[in-house]
Amino acid sequence: MSGARGPGAGATDGGDDGEGAGRPRDAESHQDPGQHQEPSPPRDPGLQPERTRLAWRRTTLSGTVAAVLAVRTALHDGATPAGLAVGALCCACWLGLVLLAGARTRRLGSSAVPPALAPRAAAAAALCTVALAVGAAALVM
Amino acid sequence: MIRVVRNVRLWFAPEAVREEGSTPDYRFSLANERTFLAWLRTALALIGGGFAVDQFLPDLPRPWRVGLALALLAAGVVCALRAVDHWVRCERAMRRGEDLPASRFPAVLSLVIAVVAVAMVVVVLAGWAG
Repeated sequence: MSGARGPGAGATDGGDDGEGAGRPRDAESHQDPGQHQEPSPPRDPGLQPERTRLAWRRTTLSGTVAAVLAVRTALHDGATPAGLAVGALCCACWLGLVLLAGARTRRLGSSAVPPALAPRAAAAAALCTVALAVGAAALVM
Repeated sequence: MIRVVRNVRLWFAPEAVREEGSTPDYRFSLANERTFLAWLRTALALIGGGFAVDQFLPDLPRPWRVGLALALLAAGVVCALRAVDHWVRCERAMRRGEDLPASRFPAVLSLVIAVVAVAMVVVVLAGWAG
């Protein structure tokens, strides 16, 4: 990946006129077929990091819905201390998901070739979800 | 079962995954990550559905309500755990240059959701009629 130095690398490496930084992106893609000296694409035409970022955002939104329902269930028929504790656990799971998503989103934006997701982060996100489900089962029963 | 335990160890050991094979194109890794997140959303939606059955069907007899809610929550747990497992296996297969693992989980999950949906329709219609 020769042209991979930062978020702006696509604009500076892809456009030969040196003024590509502020241009709309399709201006570059029209030039691409004529450039034979560039073995790796100057930017990712599939916008993979953006899509991944949005996928994390959707996931935290789904988690928010589940957490709001958890709090509603915990407060519904008279707030007992146990119910409140489980509700707080569910909120902690939600917070964990949001923090994981925030950390991952920052790493995705930090370089032009984003590193792969760490298995530990994936496991942590799944465990937050599982803990949310366990809390839900405790609230429902 | 032993395979599952070995995979669980991999979840917490990023170095172990990276030791094998070569790093694939980052776009494939990101696509794998998005698939993982989509399964996680499915799990979260199932959990939300469990809460919703408990909260928004108050006229349902309690055993049915709790049973349906627990079925949805259990499906959510399985879905989340399987999401990581499948993600690790896909990541490893891509590093080794193997075929991606085939899975019958989507079919099983679809059947479970269909059964729960039919049960809900029956229960709601029965409550409506009676």
